[in-house]
Amino acid sequence: MQTHTSAQQTDLTIVMRSLADPTRRDLFERIVRSRETTVGSLAGAVAISQPAVSQHVRALKQAGLLTERRDGRNIFYRADPEGFAPLVDWLDHYAVFWRDRFDALKTLLKEMDQ
Amino acid sequence: MTPTQTAEKTRAIVVEEVIPHTPEKVWHALTNSDLIARWLMSNDFRPERGHKFTFQATPVGDWNGTVDCEVLEMDEPRLLKYSWFGGSATTPSRYILESTVSWILTPVDGGTRVKMIHDGFVSPRNDIGYDQMSQGWGTVLQRISKVIDEAA
Repeated sequence: MQTHTSAQQTDLTIVMRSLADPTRRDLFERIVRSRETTVGSLAGAVAISQPAVSQHVRALKQAGLLTERRDGRNIFYRADPEGFAPLVDWLDHYAVFWRDRFDALKTLLKEMDQ
Repeated sequence: MTPTQTAEKTRAIVVEEVIPHTPEKVWHALTNSDLIARWLMSNDFRPERGHKFTFQATPVGDWNGTVDCEVLEMDEPRLLKYSWFGGSATTPSRYILESTVSWILTPVDGGTRVKMIHDGFVSPRNDIGYDQMSQGWGTVLQRISKVIDEAA
């Protein structure tokens, strides 16, 4: 069992930061949609240089959002669902939900005194 | 809880706080249906082990807003545990969240330590196929864009 701790908040920050750059987010969306792709084909599809694409891909990989597979001289990248774990909707939803409900419970307990 | 889920990696949300009320009083607020409705959600809870009940909330995304629950453990006034299953709006027969909620009350000086553990959030790789997750990512990315735009 893992708890929703500050370590995961850090993960969340890293993921958020890596996707804050619109160009990088566009590249990531292309990788998700392609299922698997190379830096070369990404650079061919967007109007930025191959070294710049490489740099973005490296940042996404460091954030845990990509996995790579080597095949000869090519490296194929695909999106890694685990990387998105910090952003799972339910966790976000319920972290806020329970904080609010807890406050409502405290208010109710106070009212029960009156 | 499905048997396959036990071996999978799960995550939990924990809220813990000391509040200035007795465990008995907190227990009452946690187990009386009318009181639960005032701080949590409308419900048909009864403080009986094995009792099946529902919470009704506003639907969100593919969630129909209904939480199907069953009282799993009751040890007044120390421990209350219920299952918390969220149903799918598009596939009524399917649960999209299978989890448990535990309330642990410990008497302390000046009140009660209240610990809530909502456990059983499964990592996406484990319970959702790749294609479905890709769609989910689209939603997540839209949300990120929104957050970033709002922050800018």
